[in-house]
Amino acid sequence: MRKQKSIFQNIDWLTILLYLVMVIAGWINIFAAVYNEDHSSISDLTQNYGKQMIWIITSLVLAMFILIIDGKFYEAFSGVIYGLSMISLVAVLVLGHEVAGSKSWFRFGDFGIQPAEFAKFATAMMMARLLSPVGLKKDTWPVRIYAFAVFLLPVILILLENETGVALVFFAFTFVLYREGIIPGWILLLGILATALFIIALLVPKTTLIIILCSLAGIFLLLARKRKFILPVIGVTLVCVGVVFSVNYVFNNVLEAHQKKRIQVLLGMEDDLKGAGYNVNQSKIAIGSGGLLGKGFLKGTQTKYNFVPEQSTDFIFCTVGEEWGFVGTTVVILLFLALLYRIIFIAERQKSAFSRIYGYGVASIIFFHFFVNVGMTIGLMPVIGIPLPFFSYGGSSLWGFTILLFILIKLDSHRTFMLR
Amino acid sequence: MRKISSTQRTIFLFTITIVAVVYIARLFYIQIVEDKYKLSADENVLRRIIDYPSRGLVYDRKGKLLVFNQTVYDLMVTPREVKQIDTAEFCAIINISLEDFRSKFQKAKKYSPYKASIFEKQISAETYGTLQEKLFKYKGFTVQPRTIRKYPYNTAAHLLGYLGEVDENITARNPYYQMGDYIGISGIEQSYEKELRGRRGTRFIMVDNFNREKGRFENGKYDTLSVSGEDLKLSLDAELQAYAELLFQNKRGSAVAIDPQTGEILAMVNSPAYNPNLMVGRERSRNYGRLLQQEDKPLFNRAMMAYYPPGSTFKIINSLIGLQEQVITPETYFSCAGGYRVGPIFVHCHPHASPLDLRTAVAVSCNSYYCQTFRAVIDNRKYANTDLAFDKWRDYVLSFGIGKKIDVDMPHELKGNVPTVDYYNKFFGKGRWKSSTIISLAIGQGELGITPLQMANAACIVANKGYYYVPHVVKEIGAKHYLPDHFKQKNYTKIDPKYYDAIQDGMQWVFERGTARGSRVDSLVMCGKTGTAQNPHGKNHSVFFCFAPRENPKIAVAVLVENAGQGAQFAAPIASLMVQKYLLGVIKRPDLEKRMLDAVVVPMNDSNQDD
Repeated sequence: MRKQKSIFQNIDWLTILLYLVMVIAGWINIFAAVYNEDHSSISDLTQNYGKQMIWIITSLVLAMFILIIDGKFYEAFSGVIYGLSMISLVAVLVLGHEVAGSKSWFRFGDFGIQPAEFAKFATAMMMARLLSPVGLKKDTWPVRIYAFAVFLLPVILILLENETGVALVFFAFTFVLYREGIIPGWILLLGILATALFIIALLVPKTTLIIILCSLAGIFLLLARKRKFILPVIGVTLVCVGVVFSVNYVFNNVLEAHQKKRIQVLLGMEDDLKGAGYNVNQSKIAIGSGGLLGKGFLKGTQTKYNFVPEQSTDFIFCTVGEEWGFVGTTVVILLFLALLYRIIFIAERQKSAFSRIYGYGVASIIFFHFFVNVGMTIGLMPVIGIPLPFFSYGGSSLWGFTILLFILIKLDSHRTFMLR
Repeated sequence: MRKISSTQRTIFLFTITIVAVVYIARLFYIQIVEDKYKLSADENVLRRIIDYPSRGLVYDRKGKLLVFNQTVYDLMVTPREVKQIDTAEFCAIINISLEDFRSKFQKAKKYSPYKASIFEKQISAETYGTLQEKLFKYKGFTVQPRTIRKYPYNTAAHLLGYLGEVDENITARNPYYQMGDYIGISGIEQSYEKELRGRRGTRFIMVDNFNREKGRFENGKYDTLSVSGEDLKLSLDAELQAYAELLFQNKRGSAVAIDPQTGEILAMVNSPAYNPNLMVGRERSRNYGRLLQQEDKPLFNRAMMAYYPPGSTFKIINSLIGLQEQVITPETYFSCAGGYRVGPIFVHCHPHASPLDLRTAVAVSCNSYYCQTFRAVIDNRKYANTDLAFDKWRDYVLSFGIGKKIDVDMPHELKGNVPTVDYYNKFFGKGRWKSSTIISLAIGQGELGITPLQMANAACIVANKGYYYVPHVVKEIGAKHYLPDHFKQKNYTKIDPKYYDAIQDGMQWVFERGTARGSRVDSLVMCGKTGTAQNPHGKNHSVFFCFAPRENPKIAVAVLVENAGQGAQFAAPIASLMVQKYLLGVIKRPDLEKRMLDAVVVPMNDSNQDD
């Protein structure tokens, strides 16, 4: 009995509260998104909200299991869990159910399971396991290679399933690697600058851009007047010019047509409101029409009449925006902000490196989803089909995020014992 | 190590915060600052469904239905919903070619794949009947009822007018109208457009992304019901109108009949005319083009727009001016020796007793008498110069509703022409003209141009001894039997009422022993005046105006038959027959009627009469 009681003893109730608020808010919005007069029973299993109800209940059961299992289990079995997860990613390629060109689902009657959603916490655990040993020299190449391999393996497998958006999520682990000092800050900065250069190169004529880059380099050298700068500056300039020239190739040959379109729409290079731009435009219309206070629960016309595609899944934020207005969207953003702050706070208070690194993994993944998903609905990011954690409809995604978060809560509850 | 990681944590938290702030700012912009998304949302989801009111019906003064609405069907298509239809069969039903089908379909698709647009306008009831049974097979095609005007009697086409589709000019000027709406563009359809059209109702419905109806917007809070147009009861007597039109067969010209005691127009005849049913529906523009090109101008509303010299009928007005100016009295005698010489000009007259007084001069239409009267008016020493005297004369004429619009309740009315001092000063030079220069005005010739409507109105004035009501064709508007007040006001001439008796005597004599004695009716005391208007278009116009009975007059008529000779030959008999028809209901002079029906002044074909 004493042991049972201790399970809940050091539990971070604030995180659980945030989790519950988000899941319930999510369900309410899914209900609004699919609501119609013919199916108004809240537990109608033919409708997404009815199914989501089941997903929520089972998630809570899962959460209970996670809290009951001994905290040491996670670190000890992270390798096994990661391995199983990778096997399931391979298995789905063979046995999976193909939907619109991507093969990422196991089907069981009406319900489906998407292994990629579970690969996220598995990878976070594996990453934590890899980087947590005391005395590990983190700035060595083997560690770097292992670390990258841990998250690039699922990326490759998921790309093979043709789920580019989901695969991109794993790049969130670069934040973890940054936090753990595996990647120095300047590389991230360089990455951001390269992305910026890539975007500018799409918008500005190449020759103009190259002239500007060269003149900038020249001005810098003239002002600095130091010999030792000459070679690095020339090197950087050449790399930049290389990036500029590669842009067309990458854009036209690496990206697929629909991805290209989405980027063009985002950058305003194309205004294809009936095709690629349709989703984003309708999404902005739905959110924008909400105004300050929104149209009220179940009163969103854009939502109710299906103007926004993927209403209950990837574009659930539209329903929030339309029915609850600016107040609602701000509250949702603040909820995410609070959750992320709390997770980082939890991560930083861990004495165990495994728990800390895992915590950062959780924060990174949730942040990446939030960043891309909300950004996409308001036209600041290209359309990448990934769900909004805890809000979007979907069993695998809700289960995956629940497991992800509750493992952290469990690990956190052991923070006082796990001295290593 | 600790320090570095705390920097990294700070950067991590900073990044999250920045993203949140940027997103909230962006949301603030699209949800609160920018309005276009709200509009787009309404555009997405709201559809206005127009509920067209039925246009007001038109009755004649006796309650005979002259204009009603007939339902026709516009075939609509929603291109997106059209799937796998038997195109050949479909084309056969609505009687179009496959190419037509394709081009119409493309046009509709270009307009909108989701919204219904007109595929084929106004299909007939028979086609609709066949189509309706099979419509279920042609998904995406629907039928929208509309109404067009129908005219049970082929009569009074110019007066009734017609409808046309609004163009961009109209929609730009008047926000009530939308493309595809119909509007009156002639006749009472135009002048009573507002009353007839009613008020359009609008329902707002909400649709989903496939344009499927999902319910009323805000429970119909913004919906308006359509209000049917108001019915018009015309003062027109359809029977009289049709009879007059019949008398005008094979004659060009116009006749207007007015009730002097009210100003109500009883008949307004234009010849040649056309069948009003030609100006309706799908064939309208084709028919319109054909009518427009015809040499004898069937579309021309002669009654209100044609300028005719009034000829001797104008002598009535000149008599009254002479009396008012006191240059003559009814007992003034002038002699006539077969004409009147003014310098080099000789105005011919026909044989009659001489000398003669005013009443006789009216009865026999003596030219000499009026030349002298006119000279006395224009050369009156009371006035310092001819200009002043002429201006005075012109003022009198204008007070008869001549030379200005009399504001009849129909569009396109013209003023007529009464020359001005300026005109003569320009033509002859200032001070270089006097009565003798413009002597043709004395007998209603020269520059004078009067519409048949104005002529009939002048007859009303004489009948009323000095005033007229603005002639109008509508008797009552709508269920409240409303009539605008300005039709109930008397408009006085500048002639003292006491001078009218002698003139009426003379006009009575016209029938009893004067120029129109051939058209008299024993049981009626009629007053009239013949005219024979010389004109540059050939043979003289036959002109006549009259009113009857002399006491308590009920009808005033002006008739003009183009190039038909003397007033007594055609205009007077037609006017007399119209009076008989209206006052007595029977024709007391079947001989006149037969003569008129048989007479062919201008042979006309009847193609304009076919429906």
